[in-house]
Amino acid sequence: MSAAEVELPLAPGAREMHGPTALGAGWRRLFDLTWLLAVTDFRLSYFGSALGYVWSLVRPLLFFGVLYVVFTKVLQVGGGIPHYPAVLLLNIVLYNFFAEATGASVQSLVVREALVRKMHFPRMAVPLASVLTAAFNLMLNLVAVLIFVLASGVSPQLTWLLFPFVLLPLVAFAIGIAMILSSLYVRFRDVAPIWLVVSQLLFYGSPIIYTIDKLRERSATAAHLVMLNPLADLLEQARRWIVGPSAAGAVDAAGGPVHALAPLAVFLGLIALGFWLFLREAPHVAENL
Amino acid sequence: MPSPCAAIRVRDLDKTFRRPRNRVHTLKERALHPFRSGEYDEQHVLRGISFDVAQGEFFGIVGRNGSGKSTLLKCLAEIYRADAGRMYMAGRLAPFIELGVGFNPELTARENVLINGVMMGLTPREARARFDEIIAFAELEDFVDQKLKNYSSGMQVRLAFAVMVQADADVLLIDEVLAVGDAAFQQKCADTFYRMREEGTTIVLVTHAMPMVERFCHRAMLLHDGVVDAIGDPGEVARRYLELNFSGPTPDREALGLGTQGARIVDVWIDGPGAPRTHTLAHGEELALHVAIEALEPLAAPAIGVWLESEEHVRVFATSTDRGGGLGPLAAGERAQMTVRALNTLRTGHYGVGVSVSRASGGGELDALGRAADLIVYGGDHVGGLVDLQHRVELTASLEKAAR
Repeated sequence: MSAAEVELPLAPGAREMHGPTALGAGWRRLFDLTWLLAVTDFRLSYFGSALGYVWSLVRPLLFFGVLYVVFTKVLQVGGGIPHYPAVLLLNIVLYNFFAEATGASVQSLVVREALVRKMHFPRMAVPLASVLTAAFNLMLNLVAVLIFVLASGVSPQLTWLLFPFVLLPLVAFAIGIAMILSSLYVRFRDVAPIWLVVSQLLFYGSPIIYTIDKLRERSATAAHLVMLNPLADLLEQARRWIVGPSAAGAVDAAGGPVHALAPLAVFLGLIALGFWLFLREAPHVAENL
Repeated sequence: MPSPCAAIRVRDLDKTFRRPRNRVHTLKERALHPFRSGEYDEQHVLRGISFDVAQGEFFGIVGRNGSGKSTLLKCLAEIYRADAGRMYMAGRLAPFIELGVGFNPELTARENVLINGVMMGLTPREARARFDEIIAFAELEDFVDQKLKNYSSGMQVRLAFAVMVQADADVLLIDEVLAVGDAAFQQKCADTFYRMREEGTTIVLVTHAMPMVERFCHRAMLLHDGVVDAIGDPGEVARRYLELNFSGPTPDREALGLGTQGARIVDVWIDGPGAPRTHTLAHGEELALHVAIEALEPLAAPAIGVWLESEEHVRVFATSTDRGGGLGPLAAGERAQMTVRALNTLRTGHYGVGVSVSRASGGGELDALGRAADLIVYGGDHVGGLVDLQHRVELTASLEKAAR
């Protein structure tokens, strides 16, 4: 139609483009967007309702109340466990974070379809934001746990300062699982109901309402099996650092340093799988939604 | 003005969508039919697209639905990954292809501006710093703390456009904008586009609106079935687009014409300069409108009437064989042809040609077609009314001041 195209020289500073990726467009942008999405979600979930944040606290507290009554008064399970109520509440709040973060991540890419299909951004911001929103809730809930722990007569100890070393692996584990779930859900929609069931199983398959030493008294095999779950090791370690040396800690609960390698391998393996899956799926998420 | 450097270079871009024929959406299906996954429907959407966009150029991409233009834009924006080919981009590329990405109706305009600003690539600090300017541009100072869901769609677009203007991109990719907003704001948007053009922002616009292409674009490209059909002068590309778009057969005569007794309309067509049997014509060109009829019985003094209707069914022009002195008698089976020659003074738009044949001038209709042919006029956006009457404007300057 027009005269033959004259080839223009490419402007200086031109870069080759390779399409969307999980982490592309810079760390700064990944951080800004993750933070923005998480803060927006967090605000939206509380600003619409009259009592706001109270609701997110009421749920775990109520759950705690029911479990506490059932297991200490009716079944009389928690009897021999030192500071059982404090441990139970801490466990519930930590588990709650994990369930909330992973549960929200499953459909996260599909829920944000409008963004994914209309904008170039590091795709990983989406599941990361799901985990971060849950982390905001966790921080608030931990304040309530702290008050309860002090009120129930646990004396403050230096190991409390080590608590972040439980939280960070817990968040990392949640991120790993969030990567797996969000990228799989784009292709297979029944990841959602499956994960509901799995996270229920994890609740009973982790030492939340019981402790691992109580379980080992009945079945050593069951205890080994449960401790394969990295969540279980993190909860046991948290218990040791918060209520004191009466609790076993992750390594001892797993049955010694050698046995502790297995959950460590599961932990690292799942996180690696999550990143691998997500990096592989990210370039095609927009067209597969 | 566009500089002699390419801001965007695309070479041999290829994109195929693979969609499973029976989409395996669940693990259960996959488990039951492990071998079915091999069946794909392939949609070859882009087939070797190559083009350059110069720095500071306003570049239009047009094409019919399904031609691949939106896919191309998404590849350029790095939302889709291309299967083959190379793309280069110089400067900061705006990361979005639509206005108002990430707007949340439950949040106030203030919060939405900050969110949208970050989405568009600003840092949160920059977004806060530009907040006042954005609100001023959108003329929404009085509604800053209202939730977005209480905004009219026009107000939302104003806000979104204002954020985009502040997004500081060197290269903007835009898919169909400016469809909303009142006339005053449309004008403001147009002014902004002109200003960006002058400031050297490279803009790639995907649109169906040919007037926009002709008004803003330095160059345009027409995609058809995933290949570049035409590239170059926006007027030419717009004309080619309209040809492609309206090249189908004209409306079915059987459904419209009476045509069973007395006489029937055989053919209706339009010739442009050097373009026989065309549907598209530039404003200011000569057109020849032809009508051929056939008498089915002897007719003493048949008459043919033709008219042009605008899309709003306003009759813009009408004439008849009377103006040519009247047709003579026709024997049964005999054909006659009428030609109307006129200068096309119509505004850009889509017009219909209507034709009727009657037993005699002024009555006894034998056959009629309400829409015998289509006429698409381009290049007449400057015409204020429906037609540009042949006219001249005289100006006299008064030497005396008007009496107070």
